Amino acid sequence: MARMKFLCDAERCIECNGCVTACKNANEVPWGVNRRRVVTINDGEPNEISLSVACMHCTDAPCMAVCPVDCFYQTEDGIVLHNKDTCIGCGYCLYACPFGAPQFPQDGAFGQRGKMDKCTFCAGGPEEDHSEAERAKYGANRIAEGKLPLCAEMCSTKALLAGDADDVSDIYRERVIYRGSNSGAWGQNLAYNPAGRKSN
Amino acid sequence: MVYLLKRAWSESPLNAVLVPMLLLVLLVTLAPLVQAADPVADPAVKGNGYQGAEYWRDVTRGVAGYSATPGNEAGVLINRSGDEWRLVRNQQVKPYGAWLLGGTLLVLVLVFMLLGRNKIKEGRSGRTLKRWDLVDRVLHWSVAGLFVLLALTGLSILYGRHFLLDALGGGFGGFMQFSKLVHNYLGPLFVICLALMLLKWLGRNIFNAVDLRWFARLGGLFGGHPSAGYMNGGEKMWYWVLFFGGVAICATGLVMDFPNFGQLRDTMQDANLIHAGVSLVLICGALAHAYMGSLGTEGVFEGMVSGEVDENWAKQHHNLWYDEAKGHKPPQ
Ligand code: SF4
Ligand code: SF4
Repeated sequence: MARMKFLCDAERCIECNGCVTACKNANEVPWGVNRRRVVTINDGEPNEISLSVACMHCTDAPCMAVCPVDCFYQTEDGIVLHNKDTCIGCGYCLYACPFGAPQFPQDGAFGQRGKMDKCTFCAGGPEEDHSEAERAKYGANRIAEGKLPLCAEMCSTKALLAGDADDVSDIYRERVIYRGSNSGAWGQNLAYNPAGRKSN
Repeated sequence: MVYLLKRAWSESPLNAVLVPMLLLVLLVTLAPLVQAADPVADPAVKGNGYQGAEYWRDVTRGVAGYSATPGNEAGVLINRSGDEWRLVRNQQVKPYGAWLLGGTLLVLVLVFMLLGRNKIKEGRSGRTLKRWDLVDRVLHWSVAGLFVLLALTGLSILYGRHFLLDALGGGFGGFMQFSKLVHNYLGPLFVICLALMLLKWLGRNIFNAVDLRWFARLGGLFGGHPSAGYMNGGEKMWYWVLFFGGVAICATGLVMDFPNFGQLRDTMQDANLIHAGVSLVLICGALAHAYMGSLGTEGVFEGMVSGEVDENWAKQHHNLWYDEAKGHKPPQ
């Protein structure tokens, strides 16, 4: 059985925000909601490093543990999904989530939160696959079509990987071996740090 | 108004005001909160060689970077305090709160079984004294009614998933939606009613020497009737618990009710824990108050309904007030 994972390779991410755009397009997310975002540490400085982050579909997910209406469920593939019909928009999942993944469209007066929206690993929600309701509430269901999340598919540098944990880690391990390590390594260090460049 | 609230929050040292109060009420439950702040190194000051382990250490410390995505804390990769909040809420506030509620109910049942009803010793005199104005009663019952609604919906939000999900089945989602709306919309109304009630009754609830003697004799729990004025020591204590607890739950409730003022997750996590913890304590207090004000003591409930109390009840429980009302001698 597959265990779905995202992995963002910090040595490759160039902060193009292609994944963010792909996600918005694939899922037609509500205004003001971004299921994925790119964060750059040291922006504009030597050694800036970027990472794309969304829901990481935690094992033993903190959001599930605090939701007052218990509306989360985990699929067989380890994807964490939730039921928007039950969600009351309390925001607890956002307080608990390590990655700031849950998003809330503003709904009604006084900044009241609407139903929580987050990355579904392009796996839709509890509604029937590819139904109108699923599309409207949760966006794409590419998993049911045998495809992987669009953000990773569209990543220009293939920094963002999505898929079964074994496959993702195989790809990453292979990369790390080619890339080398320490001062000889390719990647951000090579780009930003002349001292780190190989002598040849 | 909104602007003022916004200013008040953005400038209010929420923790500085609330933490002492919270410690008073919930020392044990919330102690781990105090250790929350953790200085974070500024990555911008680092030069070349900022990579690998150093970078990841900063990320896991919750350092904020830049993100083109707008939104509060979009630049923060790891939410450091979320884990702590979840553990305190799920493993301390929830179980201890349940024990506290259960324990309070048990004690009240035991008290009723052992001590029985506190009767009017000399029987009813048939003559009554005016004790509560219409305004007092309207305020009391508005606060009480809202409190019950907020307590029920709040407890559903805290504990509902453990038993209501099975009990209500398909109706659970709808009930919880409704609970949240009731809680969020009646909350501010409760703030207003509680504030008015506390202000109106402030003057009567200043402690004095009579109350000390009242406490020294445990309010006459084991016989005898220590002297008391309009309010006895115990009632004044409940007033002040409601005063400080009320300020705490109202302030924290508003912080969570209006998430559109840019409060960050840390603030709302703290607010949530204080709100839940103090509310649980107040619910227990309110249970005891409701017991003593109805089943536990004869002749008291009618005072809050009609405004009139029996003279013999007044003599027994509030002798100084009785004397004063009758013009017997000057109040102490
Ligand atoms: S929403 Fe957050 S806590 Fe929940 S599975 Fe996704 S990353 Fe984990
Ligand atoms: S916002 Fe919705 S999904 Fe998140 S904890 Fe609250 S009810 Fe659950």
